[in-house]
Amino acid sequence: MSFHLPEHGISDAAMIAAIVIFATVGDILIAAAMRGIGDLDDIRACSGLGGAIGAVLGSGRFLFGVFFMALSFFSLLFALSHADLSLVAPASASLTFVTNAVAAKVFLKENVDRRRWVAALFVCAGVALMAL
Amino acid sequence: MTFRRYLVLAVVALTAPFGDTLLSLGMKRVGPVSFDHLGTLIHAVATPDILLGIALLICFFASYLASLSWADLTYVLPATSIGNVIVALLARFCLNEQISPWRWVGILLITAGVGFVTQGPSYTEVNEACPVSGTEVSQP
Repeated sequence: MSFHLPEHGISDAAMIAAIVIFATVGDILIAAAMRGIGDLDDIRACSGLGGAIGAVLGSGRFLFGVFFMALSFFSLLFALSHADLSLVAPASASLTFVTNAVAAKVFLKENVDRRRWVAALFVCAGVALMAL
Repeated sequence: MTFRRYLVLAVVALTAPFGDTLLSLGMKRVGPVSFDHLGTLIHAVATPDILLGIALLICFFASYLASLSWADLTYVLPATSIGNVIVALLARFCLNEQISPWRWVGILLITAGVGFVTQGPSYTEVNEACPVSGTEVSQP
């Protein structure tokens, strides 16, 4: 009796994992950059739209974040050409809610209280169920 | 939170799912992309569906950045997930697509999650040095 690994499932899982990891790193870097820059409405009021754009584009963390978001985007394009949208989009989106909540608490020191955990888990489960 | 900020969150919520859907349509037309021909991904960007999808995702990104400058990541992400519900309801009532019972449960869970998170504070004030940047966060 031969044993075959579920290659299709493993490759789907690997593609989804890549999307989730790149998106989480990108989100955390961009959120950290925006937190450091401050309220864009205030910056735009003082320095105009150009000043706000300059403040964002001048942030190294923002650029790193965009790089990881771009990796996530091309991972998504790659995955969509191999797997169904109904699997890739909900799976990566729902997992990203949880990984982002954990990473935001650890790296950004956000106040992820019980209300936000419940919200993240409800949305994670809800997005997964939307694929059924 | 002002009405204008809720409007920005609404733009984040709606442009992301519509943009993703257009990307999916475009990539289905392009077909499978192999590791040997990754350049096909660059050519795929020139197709109308993917161009429009990217335009929507640019709108999403600009409003997402604005929202992250005055709200926490763990507030923005669940709050804007209501876009998935809106797209599903549009598909049900405008396109007459069938929604399974499980999908209705998903819609209820997302709506409940959005309700939970939007009842709480939107921003965590951090007084100590930002752990990622190593720089002091300015207080409003």
